[in-house]
Amino acid sequence: VSGDVAALLATTRVCVVGGSGGVGKTTASAAIAAGMAARGRKVAVVTIDPARRLATALGLDELGNEPHRIDARRFAEHGLPLGDGELWAMTLDPKRTFDELIARLSPDAETRERILGNRVYRELSDAVAGSQEFTAVAKLHELAQAGDWDLLVLDTPPSRNALDFLDAPDRLRAFFEGRALQTLLRGGGAGLRLLGRGTGIVLGLLRRVTGAELLSDLSEFFRLLGGLLGGFRTRAAEVEALLRAPDTTFLLVTSPEREPIDEAIYFQRRLRTARMTLCGAVVNRMHVDELGGGDDALDDLDARLARAAGLSRALAASVAAAFADEHALARRDAANVARLRERLGAGVPLVCVPLLDEDVHDVEGLVRLGARLFAHAP
Amino acid sequence: MPGLADKRLVFVTGKGGVGKSTVALALGIAAARRGLRTIVAELSGQARAAETFGVAPPSGEEVRLGDCLHAISVDMERAMEEYLHQRVGRVGDLLAGSRAFHAFAHATPGMRELLSIGKVWELAQDRRRVPGAQPYDLVIVDAPATGHALGALRAPATFADIARVGPIAHQGRTIDATLRDAAQTAVVAVSLAEEMPVTETLVLRARLRDALDRELAAVVVNACLPERIGPRQTRTLAAALDGADDRVVHAALRAALSEQARARAQREQLARLADGLGGSGAAAGPADEIPSLELPYLFVERLDASAVGALADRLEALL
Repeated sequence: VSGDVAALLATTRVCVVGGSGGVGKTTASAAIAAGMAARGRKVAVVTIDPARRLATALGLDELGNEPHRIDARRFAEHGLPLGDGELWAMTLDPKRTFDELIARLSPDAETRERILGNRVYRELSDAVAGSQEFTAVAKLHELAQAGDWDLLVLDTPPSRNALDFLDAPDRLRAFFEGRALQTLLRGGGAGLRLLGRGTGIVLGLLRRVTGAELLSDLSEFFRLLGGLLGGFRTRAAEVEALLRAPDTTFLLVTSPEREPIDEAIYFQRRLRTARMTLCGAVVNRMHVDELGGGDDALDDLDARLARAAGLSRALAASVAAAFADEHALARRDAANVARLRERLGAGVPLVCVPLLDEDVHDVEGLVRLGARLFAHAP
Repeated sequence: MPGLADKRLVFVTGKGGVGKSTVALALGIAAARRGLRTIVAELSGQARAAETFGVAPPSGEEVRLGDCLHAISVDMERAMEEYLHQRVGRVGDLLAGSRAFHAFAHATPGMRELLSIGKVWELAQDRRRVPGAQPYDLVIVDAPATGHALGALRAPATFADIARVGPIAHQGRTIDATLRDAAQTAVVAVSLAEEMPVTETLVLRARLRDALDRELAAVVVNACLPERIGPRQTRTLAAALDGADDRVVHAALRAALSEQARARAQREQLARLADGLGGSGAAAGPADEIPSLELPYLFVERLDASAVGALADRLEALL
């Protein structure tokens, strides 16, 4: 068990916390934000879907879709004084963030109202896989622009594929560039040149496949979005620049099982291709035992337990069975982490957090988790 | 028990990381053992079922894993091409090859979900639309995590509403009717005995009622730790830990106590889940209760085909 998140984030202004579903990203994000606040920074954490008890513990139940300041006493009473630091937090409301984005990019009030009232937008925009991902990135960008914080921590949406949100800007672009279709649907030379040959036939077929009404609703929808395209392009470029900025880093969270580790390794490759920086990885919920997974002298453990600890034979057998299983998991986890370390390379520090006996879903739990993420007390 | 073997479509969903793919595959193995021609359909772009059996099929292709057991990783592009071919024949191939159409399909919100759900519906038809394809008795859908899965389940009705008339409206209504029909379709939630997954399972149940007017067919609680040590024994061990100087004995006592603490926390969450699933208060009868089934934590290095087969033994109870 090693590593220190404070060292990883020493010069970071934006930290994107990524990893596959169910590895503890949300709690890790909150614990990291609180820990950095305790080190004197003004920190905002954007969470996606915190456990209700955690949200209540942080006072995140209130609506607003904007960060609000967490009462420092909540942490002080559990032994983590924030001092001069500040902790702000919010839970992302994807639909509302989307509406806000449309409002901000609309050239005029009429366009805004017509998009927000459009049936395709209303019924479908929140059903799209990836809408959480791109609204999360949009919110991050907005907060970074505001410049009110020393550090922003973004907890990425729960998805099986940890990389979904990396594709978010592209998907959003596809969404807005439906304008190309709108040109097509109105006919005209520009559309034909843009979309290639056979367009007239395509349009006729499209009508046969979708039905005329859906086609006209979609066409209206894409036409309206077309008015936002200029603003959106600028914004997409800014978002990409933000994600590649020298003081923006990604922090991976993984559990020590095989699949999340495979995904973490893949994630690093994708980040490298996208020219984004990985500052480190947190291996959460590691099985560790006091033998460090290295000792095989477990023969006769029953007898040793009975002798040294005075346990009954039956109880000694239960303890020995539990230990044999847990010890095997500790060895498995150690081997998986060794593989991760080797594949990520020496330049990517790992912070290993042991499996805690209790779920983390309150401030006390965050402080306990924080003590494992940070090497030194603030 | 819910009689999943009598359905045509079983959706397996739950929070990220709870083991949906493993449970979906294990259910598929259990059904295939009964002689049902079964396919496990993955919607996440992965091919975990095939990988577990050491097969690497091309995306979107049906592949045989064993007697009566098949798998497919549903591919949106491929599903779209198939749909177009059915609707407008050879000219559909022209459409599928056109940039304009691809732009349209990718830009249209919800289209991905609609096409995926349309494909699993197609797999479950007696008369397959794909030329030469054989029908399946049972399609087990390894669905996305809760929120996205609900989005996918609602997509056909939403599109039908927007389109009102025309082929998509018609197709959307047909698929939606299948999803709402308890005789044909079941939704199984996978959970862990932990705070967040239990909460998400209860939320899924409520939202499924709202969205499709459907009840969960069953809840599978994955990775339940054994209860090896009782409360009195726990006190004995805690006392023994204080006086233990043998390094190995100390480590063993600590590990056993730690496992016991986690097992106890799991029992609390299982009780919370049972409470939440036990119908709506005192008026609820046994008919309102949703069956739940615990799967044991497997202390194995990796979940290979034989480990998943062991889980299938337990899941047979749900068929």
